Amino acid sequence: MDIKPVSFKRVSREESASFDRSTIDYIQNAAAHGLYEIRGMGAKRKLPHFDDLLFLAGSLSRYPLEGYREKCVTKTILGTRFAKKPIELDIPITIAGMSFGALSANVKESLGRAATAMGTTTTTGDGGMTPEERNSSKTLVYQCLPSRYGFNPDDVRRADAIEVVIGQGAKPGGGGMLLGQKVNPRVAKMRTLPQGVDQRSACRHPDWTGPDDLAIKIQELRELTDWEKPIYVKVGATRTFNDVKLAVHAGADVVVVDGMQGGTAATQTCYIEHIGIPTLAAVRQAVDALEDLNMKGQVQLIVSGGIRSGADVAKALAMGADAVAIGQGILFALGCNSETYIQDGKHISAIEGYDALGTQPGFCHHCHTGKCPVGVTTQDSVLEQRLQPDVGARRVKNYLKTLNMELTTIARACGKQNVHHLEREDLVALTLEAAAMARIPLAGTSWIPGHNGY
Amino acid sequence: MERMTFDLASSSLTEMNTFLHKGLEEGDKRHISVLNPDGAHNIAVGLNHPVTVEIHGHAGYYAGGMNKHARVVIHGSAGTGVAENMMSGSVHVKGFASNGAGATAHGGLLVIDGDAGLRCGISLKGGDIVVGGSVGSFSGFMAQAGHMVICGDAGDALGDSLYEAVIYLRGNVKSLGADAQFEDMTDADYATLAELLSKAGMDHDPKSFKRIASARTLYHWNADANQEY
Ligand SMILES: Cc1cc2nc3c(=O)[nH]c(=O)nc-3n(C[C@H](O)[C@H](O)[C@H](O)COP(=O)(O)O)c2cc1C
Ligand code: SF4
Repeated sequence: MDIKPVSFKRVSREESASFDRSTIDYIQNAAAHGLYEIRGMGAKRKLPHFDDLLFLAGSLSRYPLEGYREKCVTKTILGTRFAKKPIELDIPITIAGMSFGALSANVKESLGRAATAMGTTTTTGDGGMTPEERNSSKTLVYQCLPSRYGFNPDDVRRADAIEVVIGQGAKPGGGGMLLGQKVNPRVAKMRTLPQGVDQRSACRHPDWTGPDDLAIKIQELRELTDWEKPIYVKVGATRTFNDVKLAVHAGADVVVVDGMQGGTAATQTCYIEHIGIPTLAAVRQAVDALEDLNMKGQVQLIVSGGIRSGADVAKALAMGADAVAIGQGILFALGCNSETYIQDGKHISAIEGYDALGTQPGFCHHCHTGKCPVGVTTQDSVLEQRLQPDVGARRVKNYLKTLNMELTTIARACGKQNVHHLEREDLVALTLEAAAMARIPLAGTSWIPGHNGY
Repeated sequence: MERMTFDLASSSLTEMNTFLHKGLEEGDKRHISVLNPDGAHNIAVGLNHPVTVEIHGHAGYYAGGMNKHARVVIHGSAGTGVAENMMSGSVHVKGFASNGAGATAHGGLLVIDGDAGLRCGISLKGGDIVVGGSVGSFSGFMAQAGHMVICGDAGDALGDSLYEAVIYLRGNVKSLGADAQFEDMTDADYATLAELLSKAGMDHDPKSFKRIASARTLYHWNADANQEY
C-alpha cells in the first residue's frame, strides 16, 4: 500500500527561528571542517545603537545657529593630563588603528594623506609602523600591542602619541590573527615570523599583568618619551565602567573604548557576535566612570565601534565622548564592498573577485583571506594595485569632510558654537533598550528604564 | 673616559632619563653610575647611545627597557621586564631577575647571573638571553627568534608555542609547552652556545646542554580546515 506523506502547505516552507538557514549552514560547515569560522569586519546582528537616539534641536526654548554662517568649532585636544605635547585635532574624528598586514602599504599611505589633509590622526596597528604611514601622516598614533610585532623604541620616538591596546571591541579577550596568505615577505620580516605561517598573536601583554603593572608600563613609556607624548589606553567594551576607571588610575591621558560593533581584519565569528557590549552602552559607562572620578575633561574619551555618519559622531559627542575613531567606515570609503575599483579614473568591475570568495558586494567580510577584490585588505602584489593611493586619499578625505559637515550642521541646529558643547540633554531615545543603555529618556517622556526606581 | 654619577636619593629619575636621552652626543661612550636605585622602576629606559650605565643596587620594573647600543649593568636584582624589548647592546643582572625578563627583545644580550622568574624570554624576537640559574614556568612562550640559554632548570611549559627561537637547557625541565620538542644539538648549536656562554662569562661545557625548538605543528593551525567529510 502506498503511504503518501501528509503535506501541510503552510508549515512545509516555514523556516525555524532557532534553526534558520544560516544556523543550518553554520552547523553543516562545522561538521564538514571541524573548525570555527574566521572572518573580518564587525558584528552583523542588529544591536541597539546610535540610530536609536534622536536630537532635540533648537526651537522656541533654545536658539539654533545659522547652518553655514555661524561659527562652529570642531577643534579637539587630546592628552592634556600629563603629556607635554598633547595632540591637536582640527576635527574630532580620527582613523582607528589598523595593522599593516591587514591593510596594504598603499592603503596606509592613503589614510595618512587624508588624515593630514583633514587635520586628524591615523594610527598604526599590530605589526608595527611603516615608513609609508609615518611619512604621509602629520600626526601618527603608535600602538603598543600584546604581540609587540615590530615594536621598537625608534618608532616610539617617531610617534606623536602611544596607544596601549588592551583589547578591541570585535574580540575583547582575544589576540590578533593574520592568516598565512597575508604574511608575505615584508609582513613576515616586520613581525619576525616565517613567511606564510598563520600568525597568532598573544591576548595578554608579555611584560605586565594587572592594572598596577600597567601603571608602571605607562610610566616606562612616559620616561622613554620624556613625558612628551600622550599615552592612550584602548579597551574592548565589556566591563567598561571598571575598565575605564582602572585605565585612568593607571595613568592614561586618553581612553579609547571600542564597542562590539567594531571591525577587525580577522577573528573568530563567535567572538565578533557574542563577546562585548554595544557601543551605545559602553559610551555611557565610560562617561560615568570619568564623571565618577571627576576626570571628565582631564582624561579624554575616544569612542569607536560602528561609527558611520556625522550623526553618529554627533551622538557620541553628545553622550560625552571627546572624539571618535573609525575603522570599517574608512574601509567602505576606500571602496570596500563596492562593485568596482578605480584605476586611473576608470571604474573596473570587481565582481569576479567577490565571486571567487563566494560573496557579493554588500555582503563581503573576507578581509581575513587577503584576497580583497578592491585592493584594501590584501598583501597580494597584484590585488593591492587596485587601490591607488591618490584615489584612496581623496575618497577618505571626502568621507571625513562629509562627516564633519554633518556633525557641525547638527551642532548648529542644537544651538552649539562648539561641537563639544553637545550634551546628553540634546538627546532622546527611540527604543526602551536604547533609553536604558544610554540612560536617555524615551522620546516624549521623562522615562529612563531602571532610573528612579522605575 | 668621561664618568658621571646620578644619585637617585637626591636627583629625580626623570631628570636622569631625560639627560640620558637628550644630554648625550651621538656615539657618546661615557660611563654613568647610578647610586641608590632603591628598586625604582624604569631606570635607564630607552637608551640610544653606547654608554655604560652601572646601577649600584636593586632595580624595579623595566630596567634597561628598550635599550639600544648601551651596556647596562645591575649590581643587584631586577624587577619585572628587565631589558624588555631590547634592540641591541647588553644588560647584565648580577643578581636575580623577576618575571618577563628580556620579554620581546629584538636584539642585544641579556645576562642574568642568578635565577629568572616566570615568562623569561616571552615573545623573544631575536635577542639572546643567558641565565646562570633557573627560569620559572612559561619561559620562552611564543618566542619567535633569538636564543635562550638556561644553565639551571626550567619550570613548566618551557617554550610553549615556540616559533623560531632556540632554547638551550643544561638542567631539567618540569614540562615542555605545546609544540616544543627536544632536538639533537648540531655543530652550529655548539658554536652558538659556546659563544653565548663565553660572552656571558659562564663556564659550562656546551656538551652538557640540550636543544629545544619548535615542532612547527602550530604554524598552520587551521590545517584541519582542509579535511572535508
Ligand atoms: C581591517 C581592520 C584592522 C584592524 N586592526 C587593528 C589593529 O591592528 N589594532 C587595533 O587595536 N585595532 C584594530 N582594528 C580595530 C579598529 O582599531 C577599531 O577599533 C574598529 O575598527 C572601530 O570600529 P569600526 O570598524 O566599526 O569603526 C582593526 C579594524 C579593521 C577593520
Ligand atoms: S571588500 Fe575587501 S575590505 Fe571589504 S570586506 Fe571584502 S575583503 Fe574586506
